[in-house]
Order: sequence, then C-alpha cells, then structure tokens
Amino acid sequence: MKPARKQRLILIGLMVLGASIATAFALKSFNDNLMYFFPPTDVVEGKAPKDALFRLGGMVIKGSVERPDKGMMVRFRLTDFNKEVTVEYTGILPDLFREGQGIVAHGKLNAQGVFIAEEVLAKHDENYMPPEVKATLKKQVTPTSGQKP
Amino acid sequence: MFLVPDPVVRFFHRMASPPHFYAFTERLMPWLVIIFLLLTATGLYGGLYLAPPDYQQGDSYRIIYIHVPSAWMSLFIYVVMAIAGAIGLIWRIKLAEVVMISSASVGASFTFIALVTGSLWGKPMWGTWWVWDARLTSELILLFLYLGVIGLYGAIDDKRTASKAVAILALVGVVNIPIIHYSVEWWNTLHQGPTVAKMDKPSIHVSMLTPLLLMALSFKVYYLIALILRTRVELLQRERNSQWVKVKATDEGRL
Repeated sequence: MKPARKQRLILIGLMVLGASIATAFALKSFNDNLMYFFPPTDVVEGKAPKDALFRLGGMVIKGSVERPDKGMMVRFRLTDFNKEVTVEYTGILPDLFREGQGIVAHGKLNAQGVFIAEEVLAKHDENYMPPEVKATLKKQVTPTSGQKP
Repeated sequence: MFLVPDPVVRFFHRMASPPHFYAFTERLMPWLVIIFLLLTATGLYGGLYLAPPDYQQGDSYRIIYIHVPSAWMSLFIYVVMAIAGAIGLIWRIKLAEVVMISSASVGASFTFIALVTGSLWGKPMWGTWWVWDARLTSELILLFLYLGVIGLYGAIDDKRTASKAVAILALVGVVNIPIIHYSVEWWNTLHQGPTVAKMDKPSIHVSMLTPLLLMALSFKVYYLIALILRTRVELLQRERNSQWVKVKATDEGRL
C-alpha cells in the first residue's frame, strides 16, 4: 500500500474509533434515560420515581388477572421473577395482553404502592411457532418455564 | 491483498473501470431479475400461504416477511455504503463513490419500509403506533442519516468533493449500526429481542424461518438490481464527456 493511502486508512480508522468512543460515553451517561421501563424490583426497592409518571414492565402472573367490580377496571400482578407489583388499569387491553406474557404499563404509583396505569402496551417476545408446536411444548413442560418478559 | 487469489484481484481491478462495469452489468441484469422473481415468488408463497399461523399473533405475524428483511437490509446497505465510502476516500476509486451514493436511496427506502410496517404491526399487537424506545429511535436516526447523506450529496455541485464529504458522514454514522442491533439487549425496550441473529438456535419454527430467509435473500438481490441500475445512470452522468460514453451513445443511436 502506498504511504499516502496508508495514511488515509489510518486517519479514517481513527475517525471511526473516535466517533465510537464519544458515542459510547454519551450512551453510558444517558443509560438510565434510554431504559424504556422499570422492572418491578426497582419499583419495590424505591428506585422508580415517586409522584411522577413512569413505565413499568414485567410479566403478567398467571391467574392474577381479575376484574374486581365486574367493569372495565382490571387488576393484575406484574413480576420480573424477583419482586411483584400490583397494577390497576381501566380501558381496553391490546390483543397480545395475556397471562404469562410481557407488558409495559405507563402510569404512577398510588399511596398504597399500587401502580395505576393510564396505558398498557403488550410486549411481544421473540418466539414464533405454530399453535400445534406450542401445544406439544406445553405437554412437555407443565409448570411455566422461566420465560423472560 | 496478498491472500486473495490473482483472478479475483484482476476481476475487481477490471470492475473498477466504468466502461467494463457498464458492459458487465448489462449482461448480468437479466439473470439477477430471474433470480429475484423466483426468490420472491417462493418466499411470499411460503410465507403467506404455506407457513402456519403463529400461536399468539395468528396471521398478523406474517408482516415479518417484509418487516424483518427490510430492517436487515437497512443495516446491511448502510455498512456497504460506508465501506464503499472508505474505499473511495482511500483509493480514490470513482466507482466506489458511485456505489456509495447509489446505495443511499435504496437503503433509505428499506429503512422507511421497516419503520412503516413495524408501526402497522405495532398498533394491533402492542397497542400503539410508535414509542420512543431505543430500537425504534435508533432506526429512525438511521433514516435521518440516509436522508442526510442524500441531501449532502445533492448540496455540493462538484460530485467528487461531494463524495468525500458524504463518505465522512457515512463513516461517522456507522456507530449507529451496532447500537440498532444491540439496542434490544443493552436497554429495556418495547421491541422484542433478536429471533434469528443470536448465538442460540433461532426462536422461530423452521416452517416460518425458511420463507423468511428466502425473502431476506430476495431483498438482497433486489438491492443488487436497484444498485446496479442507479450506478449505471450515475456513471453515465459523471462520465458524459468521456470517450466510452460517447461511443456507446452513438452506437445505440441516441446522439
């Protein structure tokens, strides 16, 4: 390689490296802001904002969904397989909302530590399979296998 | 270069010459179109008809046959564009500059398709058209990078100077590519994690995966076709005063 070309190659390499390092520092310092939601553990430990709107993400515990006053209000518990938070929501739930699936709720905590959601979004997981395969999988592993939300 | 066999080196040297490239791609084009049509037909037939519905989403998941290959292409084309830009900067090869700028609009289109199809799917599945999570935001930044490349190239009259400026912009933007790919692992996002491109075996049933990979290949071939068409036009424009273009134009009776 001719010296002039080599010099340009090194220069470009340094430029890309510099840009990467700068971005890495920027992302590191904004790390918390880049998180789309808080897991229940953070909420129980008090790391989530008080008296302010934030997002809470986790898996809906199987059998925890109930409609206490038989109306639009739904109450369920969210888990990250460590801690649990109770969520209350009044409104229409998205298609993919089901027990055992991940969701993200937007709202705030009330005085009793119950999360009052204004919006509930379903978080799809990365698994795609035909219904028959799911049925056979269920037969093999009866207890809910640790599926991350 | 010392590890690459001689015929390959010679092939690339010849391809870097515009008249040779022009003649070669003319012969290549019909084959590419046939391969593209075959891949798309089998991919779409497999994806929309043969593949079973998903256990959670039913038939709605079938948008992945457009969404996922488009998103992959948006990243792939950006990397090609940046590498072509670097080659243009270092070796001052005209054809590399042309490949770089011709890739930008194709890449921008794929990014746009990925964003729109994702949004259409997000409304019924997530319950929202758009959220500002790390994956969606970084993909939107990618679209802006592409548009920036196209805009910057158009704003500078001297195309060789423009190519240098654009190459630097494209190279700096490369940092966004790993961010897009790893965004779903580094941060909590609403967008799901990777299904196919991960160390484990893919979390998608093989009957659904095969058409997806066929579509991914078909999109690659489509990119090649679009790239070649654009590159040829750009080459003619840049080389309009050179001998080979004049000969070509006279031969084809357009002058």
